[in-house]
Amino acid sequence: MSSAEPILRVSDLEVSFATDEGLVRAVDGVTFELAAGEVLAVVGESGCGKSVTAMTLLGLTRSANARFAGAAYYGDTELLGASDAELQQIRGAEIAMVFQDSASSLNPVQRVGRQIAEQIQAHEKVTDAQARERAIELLERVGIPNARKRVDAYPFEMSGGMRQRVMIALALSCDPSVLIADEPTTALDVTIQAQILERFRELVAQMGASVILVTHDLGVVTDIADRIAVMYAGRIVEQGALDEIFYDPQHPYTWGLLGSIPRLDRPRPKRLPTIPGLPPSLADRPQGCHLRPRCPHEFDQCAKTPPLVARVPGATAHLDRCWLSCDRKRELREIEPGVIGLRGKHEVELTKGGAGS
Amino acid sequence: MKRFVIRRILGMILVLFAISIATFCIFNVIPNSDPAQRLAGRNPTKGQIEAIRRQWGFDKPVYVQYVKTMEKVFSGDLISYVSQIEVDKEILQDAPRTFSLAIGAAIMWMAFAVALGLYTAVRAGRFADRFLTALALIGISMPVFWIGALMSYYLGFKWNIFPNGGYVPLTEDPLQWAYHLIMPWTALSLLFIGVYSRILRSNVLDTINDDYVRTARAKGLSERQVLLRHVLRNSLIPIVTLWGLDFGAVVGGGALLTETVFDLQGVGQYAAESVAQLDVPPVLAIVMFGAFFVVVVNTVVDIVYATLDPRIRLT
Repeated sequence: MSSAEPILRVSDLEVSFATDEGLVRAVDGVTFELAAGEVLAVVGESGCGKSVTAMTLLGLTRSANARFAGAAYYGDTELLGASDAELQQIRGAEIAMVFQDSASSLNPVQRVGRQIAEQIQAHEKVTDAQARERAIELLERVGIPNARKRVDAYPFEMSGGMRQRVMIALALSCDPSVLIADEPTTALDVTIQAQILERFRELVAQMGASVILVTHDLGVVTDIADRIAVMYAGRIVEQGALDEIFYDPQHPYTWGLLGSIPRLDRPRPKRLPTIPGLPPSLADRPQGCHLRPRCPHEFDQCAKTPPLVARVPGATAHLDRCWLSCDRKRELREIEPGVIGLRGKHEVELTKGGAGS
Repeated sequence: MKRFVIRRILGMILVLFAISIATFCIFNVIPNSDPAQRLAGRNPTKGQIEAIRRQWGFDKPVYVQYVKTMEKVFSGDLISYVSQIEVDKEILQDAPRTFSLAIGAAIMWMAFAVALGLYTAVRAGRFADRFLTALALIGISMPVFWIGALMSYYLGFKWNIFPNGGYVPLTEDPLQWAYHLIMPWTALSLLFIGVYSRILRSNVLDTINDDYVRTARAKGLSERQVLLRHVLRNSLIPIVTLWGLDFGAVVGGGALLTETVFDLQGVGQYAAESVAQLDVPPVLAIVMFGAFFVVVVNTVVDIVYATLDPRIRLT
């Protein structure tokens, strides 16, 4: 959390897609900043717009039926309006992306080393042999044993964990300033997840890159995030530092998320607590606050006007979008803040910098 | 790989064996009287017929006849009923013409189909796509004997742009060789260009939304690199199989109509003439020749396929 000039500034980002069911507004007024070296986790349910937000930054959602509004600045470059040539310069070299499903996100008929070398050669004038050496080095760095041999493997010859490491090596290959990781460990089993995340955190810290981590796994978040943005139905409903979100959650949706984490230290409930109802269709969202139909604390104001972004009194960058007053929220919320059960380990006391075990 | 080749060779022998039996049956069942009599030519004496009968083993049981006939097929002693010329000489004379036609046309239709398929896929839904799609459908719908005759009449006869018929061996004059073959190549390719470009277009449209194509874009590759290295390569894989099959079929006599329209005197034309005259020995030999090529080309296709897609194992 540095106070220096942010490396990425997204303001009022709107992404909508024209579909047969009408205009689907996938991202609706998203604003956030990413400081150098910071890890920002974007959390939310499937379909809340977190992946679309991430991919839009690299222009990967551009298509004939997509509409964009707002602005996203990387340094002085505005990404939404950038030309294809400008984007090409940035993609992979300045902002790199780790995709979630390594089985389908790597070209099945190209050797993994070649896929990494290709990215290096897209941005730097190096020979095939040099690019290959760098690919081997990168594979070693992400913890692939016998990298000199595995560099010639095809993706289908590797395990899911190894493939995900290749994805990470690929993203790191040109030393980017910003890494966007879209559910980087979702497809993996828990032990491998932990290993890969650990390595990812180390490498990112070494490189000093900023990270946008898109995930729905709060366990992953506590491990590596500095700041959290909670998204719901295309909007960021709450954002703040890791501790602020976990110790002083403001938005009823965040309470729901935190409350639905299974706890090992408590008597097992008959059912895992969930947030009642379903997220709204993005083509037909409720008036006012999007969470209203699922929120037990709604009142007249919620139906009338979408809540504005409000700063939590006393905090510097803890923002939320809810009409309830801060005091009222602290009265209402039932969860015990700050303690969550984490990935099968015993309860984990949250401290800055992640979870101890 | 070694196992694959051995298995393929064994398979090929099996296929050729089955086909030889089937064609041999035609030899016997076909209502064109006594083969010995036809082999003896016009106005033979009884003694000559008898001699041939004994020489070819037509007085022996069917399986002996089969073995004897196959011996003759492979030793090149098979003789045409009609011309009394050895069949293998005729085939060897015709084969280069058919090969020239098939190779040129196969390259032509693949090149045009790739260009068209890729272009229409990238422009999917726009005017260029619709226009070229309509054109492809017209190409598919035009029979070779019709478009071939039109080309031959206008380009060859009326305007004298291309030579009408005739064949110049490649070894003699490569330029004249190509010049004489341009019309046949085009006529034969049109149908295939239409079919292949449609298939490729849909393959490209499937591939272009794949996750690894998005990864390729995210790497900062140019759109051209993304298309050629990632989209096209993966879209081409299914087409290669088809290409091999069609090429084998054209070499094996499938270009009959084109050869006839442009009077190329190729293998297909020879087969057609032989069938029309119930001249069974050439038919037998040509069927074996065609089957051989289809099987060989298929093996080559499988090897190429495994090279293009390493997930496929050759066993």
